[in-house]
Amino acid sequence: MITKDEVARIARLARIKLPDGELEKYRTDLNKVLGYIEVLKTVNTDGVEPLAQVTGFENIFRDDEVVETEIADEILKIVPETSGRFIRVKKVL
Amino acid sequence: MDYAFATITELRQALDTKQISAVELAKFFLARIRRFNAELNAFITICENEALAEAAEADKRIASGKVEPLTGIPYASKDLFVTRAVKTTAASKILENYIPPFDATVIARLRQAGSILLGKTNLDQFAHGSSTETSFYGPTHNPWDLERIPGGSSGGSTAAVAAGLVPFATATETGGSIRQPASLCGISGWKPTYGRVSRFGVIAMSSSMDSMGTVARSVEDLAITAEAISGFDPKDGTSGSVKIAEWSKNLPRDLRGLRMGVPQEYFVPGIEDDVKDRVNEAIDKIRKLGAEIIDVSLPLTAYGSMVYAIVTSSEVSSNLARYDGIRYGLSSAAAKDVFEIYSLSRAEGFGPEAKRRVMTGTYALSVGYRGAYYLNAQKVRRLIVNEFAEVFKKCDMLLCPSTPNFAPKIGGAADNPLFGYISDQLNIPASLAGLPGLCVPCGFGKPAEQRDNGDMPVGLQIIGPQWGEQQVFQVGYAYQQVTEWHQAKPKGF
Repeated sequence: MITKDEVARIARLARIKLPDGELEKYRTDLNKVLGYIEVLKTVNTDGVEPLAQVTGFENIFRDDEVVETEIADEILKIVPETSGRFIRVKKVL
Repeated sequence: MDYAFATITELRQALDTKQISAVELAKFFLARIRRFNAELNAFITICENEALAEAAEADKRIASGKVEPLTGIPYASKDLFVTRAVKTTAASKILENYIPPFDATVIARLRQAGSILLGKTNLDQFAHGSSTETSFYGPTHNPWDLERIPGGSSGGSTAAVAAGLVPFATATETGGSIRQPASLCGISGWKPTYGRVSRFGVIAMSSSMDSMGTVARSVEDLAITAEAISGFDPKDGTSGSVKIAEWSKNLPRDLRGLRMGVPQEYFVPGIEDDVKDRVNEAIDKIRKLGAEIIDVSLPLTAYGSMVYAIVTSSEVSSNLARYDGIRYGLSSAAAKDVFEIYSLSRAEGFGPEAKRRVMTGTYALSVGYRGAYYLNAQKVRRLIVNEFAEVFKKCDMLLCPSTPNFAPKIGGAADNPLFGYISDQLNIPASLAGLPGLCVPCGFGKPAEQRDNGDMPVGLQIIGPQWGEQQVFQVGYAYQQVTEWHQAKPKGF
């Protein structure tokens, strides 16, 4: 079972600010989901390799070339905070 | 002609013989959307001006004879596909004002074909859900009973098609989000083979499963739309270059000689009696068309939803990391430093279901738990893939219910974090294996909890082997030639 402290730790890792009042609700919900999947551990997976993709395609490579586009202004228009042609962020340290 | 419930083929003919222009057709459907959206809430955005401009272009193409199958045919897109200059929200608050500077490949291909985008449809927020109730913009209502959900996550698209507001719509599926709402809304839905359709420009949920398809009035219409959107895309390294046949031209097929497997595990405990009966009647119909029907077994079916819960949550936590409050989307005004830009913007911008999934995935991937959860789920996923491969040595395709239940009342699913995993349990295993699936309407029945009420639709599911689109379309088409369930219309529309 996940504790309230663990929920707070996960929320911090996921960069989601949770008020103390919501920790209990998410603790209950996460425990429901984790309880639901618990039985998966009973499947015998000895010697089975994990599967991440189903089509069997190999990696595709392309040349790392600069491509000119004309949408820079459109992109800057949807940025929450800009300074000239730069994206502005709050202090990092 | 009743344009509202006409098929693409019928509308094509009406356009080509000048019975109606593309502009008039777009106006006709836009008027229906305006009239019925208040009660359905199927649309988040209606793009009337853009649509009428595109329809005028389509009329020029029709006049010059340079027509493709979808030129001038209106459609709606699930609001998970980004559309240039048209707001794209993923039904979330964090993207409430997001105007994308580019088109998803599917949208670009439909634009190229001359199809007319009328609006963006409602969905579960970020496609996280199976009821369309987790949308920031409120739930969509089922046209067959406005008190019930349409299913989800593509519920806005399926409700819009079912109510005759558009002839077809784009939809996406990670684990049931096309087949389940198509079933609950009584329309046809196509979930492609993973990699058949480009994922580029579709807001990502779970990248190893996300599949972009369509919902429409018939299997023939699905095949036409599938041809338009399928194929390799250099912008999606997981898209396949497997050749696209002319699916819509090769639909008629004698079903004799085909062997259809019926997986016994798909008639799960708790399945509604009427769902079971309608699906068995449909299977019988396909037997009468000449196919051989055999019982098969997929014993790992019950574990599919659990694998899905872990794999998708993990991939969701990674995919939603891009919403940082810095480059686009909602940015919290209260943030004082960069950590708070992330954590407050995401707290304000994500709904409870997105938060739940991101946190479940973060936990499953975190130090000390990755082996027990994520890697273990990926191992069982391989066993499920192997199990399908074995069964397809015995039969050509599978026939089963699309979903074990009828559409529940609105509110019934919202408070249950496990609702989707149960409602989608018959769709998820095929999604984990990347298989193509169809949902076709196969009759009506009464939910056990309210037998005195009106009838609700039931869907038959047809699952094929990887890249087996042609054969699932053929079986669905053959079934629709001898049944009329796909032509049923909800009252009042």
